[in-house]
Amino acid sequence: MTRLRLGGAVVPVFASLGFVFLLVPIAYTVLFSFNDAGKTNLVWRGFTLDAWRNPCGAPRVCAALVGSLQVGLVSTLVATALGALLAVGLARARFRGRGAVNLLVFLPMATPEVVLGAALLTQFLSLRLPLGFGTVVVAHVMFCLSFVVVAVKARVATLDPALEQAAADLYATPWQAFWKVTFPLLLPGIGAAALLAFSLSFDDFIVTNFTSGGFTTFPKFVYVSATRGIPPQANVISSAMFVLALLVVVVVHVVSRARRPR
Amino acid sequence: MAVRTGGVRGAALEIDAVTKRFGAFVAVDDLTLDVPSGAFFALLGPSGCGKTTTLRMVAGLERPSAGTVSLAGRDVTHAPAHRRPVNTVFQSYALFPHLTVLENVAFGLRRRRARDVRARALEALELVELVHLAHRRPSQLSGGQQQRVALARAVVNRPALLLLDEPLGALDLKLRRQMQLELKRIQAEVGITFVHVTHDQEEAMTMADTVAVMNHGRIEQLGAPADLYEHPRTAFVANFLGQSNLVAGTVVETLDAGTTLGVDVAGVRVRVPAARTVAAGPRVLVGVRPEKIRLLGGTEDAAGGDNVLGPGTVVDTSFAGVSTQYQVAVDGLGTFGVFAQNVGGATVHPPGSRVHLAWAAPFTFALDGHEEVAAGTVDLDDEP
Ligand SMILES: Nc1ncnc2c1ncn2[C@@H]1O[C@H](COP(=O)(O)OP(=O)(O)O)[C@@H](O)[C@H]1O
Ligand SMILES: [Mg+2]
Repeated sequence: MTRLRLGGAVVPVFASLGFVFLLVPIAYTVLFSFNDAGKTNLVWRGFTLDAWRNPCGAPRVCAALVGSLQVGLVSTLVATALGALLAVGLARARFRGRGAVNLLVFLPMATPEVVLGAALLTQFLSLRLPLGFGTVVVAHVMFCLSFVVVAVKARVATLDPALEQAAADLYATPWQAFWKVTFPLLLPGIGAAALLAFSLSFDDFIVTNFTSGGFTTFPKFVYVSATRGIPPQANVISSAMFVLALLVVVVVHVVSRARRPR
Repeated sequence: MAVRTGGVRGAALEIDAVTKRFGAFVAVDDLTLDVPSGAFFALLGPSGCGKTTTLRMVAGLERPSAGTVSLAGRDVTHAPAHRRPVNTVFQSYALFPHLTVLENVAFGLRRRRARDVRARALEALELVELVHLAHRRPSQLSGGQQQRVALARAVVNRPALLLLDEPLGALDLKLRRQMQLELKRIQAEVGITFVHVTHDQEEAMTMADTVAVMNHGRIEQLGAPADLYEHPRTAFVANFLGQSNLVAGTVVETLDAGTTLGVDVAGVRVRVPAARTVAAGPRVLVGVRPEKIRLLGGTEDAAGGDNVLGPGTVVDTSFAGVSTQYQVAVDGLGTFGVFAQNVGGATVHPPGSRVHLAWAAPFTFALDGHEEVAAGTVDLDDEP
């Protein structure tokens, strides 16, 4: 009896510890967005709403955020469109070298990011491309693409090929069959892939640092200012992003539950 | 085929020497079929005999390895599916999960930019009694309801040719009967040519005006249901369409100026009409349908001109309402099935009784003796 109760307690205890481990850094970030920081935001000096009232108060923090959002949106758009088409093609079409392409698409995910970043930098330099927004987008599209392909391909695999045939049987041209049947059914997968791509792009520091030159994204701003002291405004933006991401997850969950057939 | 007036006329379908190979496997083997315009044609055969593959080649979803498919006299062998005036009720329904029932039904009309799409789709749903579920999604329907949506989605387009791939497989018996009648009514009303695929011989016989029995990618025999039943030309057809008792025999003489053959069956002489004999040589399989046989108890005598076999022992007696079904083990010949209609006052023979089997000679048929006696018999665990 006692042993059983003990055993029953072990799981919740470890689970709670795990959660604490996961959440403490986030809680710390949120907490220090309210810190009355001096030169460095490292020790607690007292509660204030200053940073929240004026999130762009620290020099260049908002420019970095806007840079990140721009890069994220453009590379998500490009990577999702290209990746979705690639996924449908790889899942449906039969051509020579399909296995090889499948493997190649996987490679960027397996390659260490530092190596990718360094390789991209070498390429850009040897092509004499000026580093900046454009090169960052190219680099981000490159590493997001694999993830989009993998996510959408999983969705294509669940599609019943008989549906496209039924569409053809009901007078739909291949083009109409794709847009009226295949695409709507892939949409949840494509949406998930786009969210993933955006968060990967928004998050990225290593590849960005290699390929951005003078251009600054939010992660790069945080890294660079770490030596001088991160302003509490960076914590504000991080916390806001965290809340936003949480909201997206909740909304997606609620919507998908509401749409599920009872 | 009766000529129908008014409405859209269905198109005639001609399948000429069509073969379909999947790698080395031959799914459809040099198949030739003529389906006249406006016909209700059934393609009957066991699971895996190539029925679906044949329909898919007609619909344009599969390319024949050889041969041609023509619709209303036009060669469509290489026409893509969306350009053929053909609609299919798929065996797996293949309803669009992201569209409502109504939009599923309207899909074909919208692709062809038809007028009154909504009204016509609702009308088709009325036909299958699903109007009240028009705004549900397919996943919220039962299997039988989904099947009816699939039917409405095809019929609403009034195609020249409607292909039905086991369209009633998921329905329970009552709804199945109702839908069979409904399908026949729709077919008569709109004059569409129907090709109905089924593995249910009763469904094929009750619905179609012509039945083609298919086996291993080939047509074994084709004809009107009654004709197929009374004059099977192969053991497969004799066993698959209803039941048959088949026993080996040898033709030993010709009687009645050549109209009757005398056949020796394990030492007993049996008379077979020459017109109902398919065999090339003297070795034959003598056949008789179970409902044609009468059981004679110890004291009863056969009528003159009857074929009589036996004696045998009743091994099983099952009462099935309209009839009593017997299994009789005849010494030296094997087990016979016998259906005795319950007309009242008939003797019931309990298991263990010794009986003779008697039937009028004209009901006897004979097949080629080289055939497999058990060809086409349905196993209990056969796929539905
Ligand atoms: N795409 C395919 N590839 C390989 N074999 C197939 C394919 N489609 C059907 N077959 C085979 O062809 C045969 C006939 O199949 P099918 O036409 O579906 O039979 P039925 O509809 O009469 O049950 C089966 O043995 C099946 O396994
Ligand atoms: Mg089939």
